[in-house]
Amino acid sequence: MTDWINYDHPWRLAWRRYRQSPFAWIALIVCSIIIFAALFAPWLAPQNPYDLNVIDFFDAKLPPGSPSQSGFVYWLGTDGQGRDMLSAMLYGLRISLFVGVLSGLVAILIGMTLGMIAAYFGGWIDALIMRIVDFMLGFPTILVALMLLAILGQGVDKVIFALILVQWAYFARAVRSTALVEREKEYVEAAQSLGLSPQRIMFIHIMPNCLAPVIVLGTMQVASAISTEATLSFLGLGLPITEPSLGLLISNGYSNMLSGRYWISLYPGLLLLLTVFSINVVGDRLRDVLNPRLSR
Amino acid sequence: MTGFIIRRLIQSSLVILTMTVVVFLGVYAIGNPVDILMPDDATAAERDLAIKSLGLDKPLLIQYTTFLGNLLHGDLGTSFVYNIASIDLILLRLPATLELAICALFIAVLVGLPLGLFCGLRPGSRLDKLIMGASIVGFSIPNFWQGLMLIMLFSVILGWLPSTGRGELGIVFGIETSLATLDGIAHLLLPAINLSLYKLSLMIRLTRSGVREVMYLDYVRFARAKGLSETRIVTVHIMKIVLVPIITVLGMEFGSLIAFATVTETIFAWPGMGKLIIDSIMRLDRPVIAGYLVVIVLLFVFINLVVDITYSLLDPRIQVGGRSA
Repeated sequence: MTDWINYDHPWRLAWRRYRQSPFAWIALIVCSIIIFAALFAPWLAPQNPYDLNVIDFFDAKLPPGSPSQSGFVYWLGTDGQGRDMLSAMLYGLRISLFVGVLSGLVAILIGMTLGMIAAYFGGWIDALIMRIVDFMLGFPTILVALMLLAILGQGVDKVIFALILVQWAYFARAVRSTALVEREKEYVEAAQSLGLSPQRIMFIHIMPNCLAPVIVLGTMQVASAISTEATLSFLGLGLPITEPSLGLLISNGYSNMLSGRYWISLYPGLLLLLTVFSINVVGDRLRDVLNPRLSR
Repeated sequence: MTGFIIRRLIQSSLVILTMTVVVFLGVYAIGNPVDILMPDDATAAERDLAIKSLGLDKPLLIQYTTFLGNLLHGDLGTSFVYNIASIDLILLRLPATLELAICALFIAVLVGLPLGLFCGLRPGSRLDKLIMGASIVGFSIPNFWQGLMLIMLFSVILGWLPSTGRGELGIVFGIETSLATLDGIAHLLLPAINLSLYKLSLMIRLTRSGVREVMYLDYVRFARAKGLSETRIVTVHIMKIVLVPIITVLGMEFGSLIAFATVTETIFAWPGMGKLIIDSIMRLDRPVIAGYLVVIVLLFVFINLVVDITYSLLDPRIQVGGRSA
């Protein structure tokens, strides 16, 4: 009788279901810690790894746990230039997350807009947009990014541009398929008969109902973007040496690894793995929680 | 069916044509080839001469048609570094990449299919949870770092397997391959595992979700009611349906394996075309970059075409004449 009182907002319902998995809970906490660490890296890091006054070249390639000349301990060792690995990783994490999240957000914006336009107007606009999407998705992400950077050259802006270009099509496809279903519902017809503009109907009325798949896909894509950026930087095509992301740190440690100095490559890699893994677990859980087919 | 294939062929040709424009604009029009070809101390007159002889003073459209004409003859210029026609150079390296990709795919199927089948048949069991958790790790490990760790563990610490090169080649059925010699297999093992791990995780997940979807369908229950053995139900009734999407995905993933081979080949110094392209990008060897792009586009269009046709043959629900699902 009082069903409507017990009605809960779908997002709150999803949140409650999310918490039922302890594994996903831990992943969310790890994610938050990682984001926190990246945001406050300058305050958390024992030293500024890119301030040449602080770095002592005589401390180069020290194993984890060695004390530094100035007193503090290199818990994760130092790299070839005598930088504290822990500090370098925190700064690297900052850059990796920045590139991954920013490119993901812009790709979502572009993809959602184009996907919505394709679904709402249909016809040749839909055909054109979806042919471009098919074209983009016909080639693997890493390959397209590789080729773009081969042509454009190195740089943060270029890496972000390349990552946006390889990601938007996924969002366009996801939004289009949801919006196609939503478009046929009564509330859209009602809005249309009120004489509202197509822009208003698309972005105020339909868009909120297409968010669930975008959020799931967005989480996964940010993880994939971070991983792709790291790969490109490792290959020497991504970020320049002045902007050392986790991928570049691993790449720097590569030459030292064969002589047994494992820590220079190992720890940044573990951090990268932890970041990508926890984001993926969160995304995986979100998919289960937000999937309307399973909630019934 | 013929109509479908013809339509797909036309689509494919359009994709190839679009890509030639992209390759042309990207490689030839954005950068100035003269800057790379000429030494820094060249005089203005020498530069002009080079621009004329390369046809760079002509309108872009003319340049493009010349490029297209040369392309049809398989001529994309000569590598600056190796001094061989770039297409020949790439085709020379292609077999090593294909060998690596095929072996990786083989490992992924051989290990992933049974694991996925097991998880799908016993969802929620402890082993299922363990395997599924491991598959998320497999998805998340950055490929290049995983390769480095493989080298560290198996080459540096344990010293079991070599970390670089292709090893000794032997000839089987007229094809040069690492699989023919023990040394070759030892060299192949690490790169193939490195390349396959991501696809292995994908394979497990695909098979598992496929099995779970099919398992409760009426025809499987009917087969049980008929009293067929569990082995027969799984291998004949369930797998037959589950395999259809898997074969399609495998075809598409083969392309992505070739793309990811660039990373694996760079780490393990595998002499394939992936390592070649990274080296060429570093040395600004433009003809090779252009050649690689063209070869890879043709390869992908071909793979996608084969996958589409196979899919429509395997799954009768896809209407060949009308809209495809």
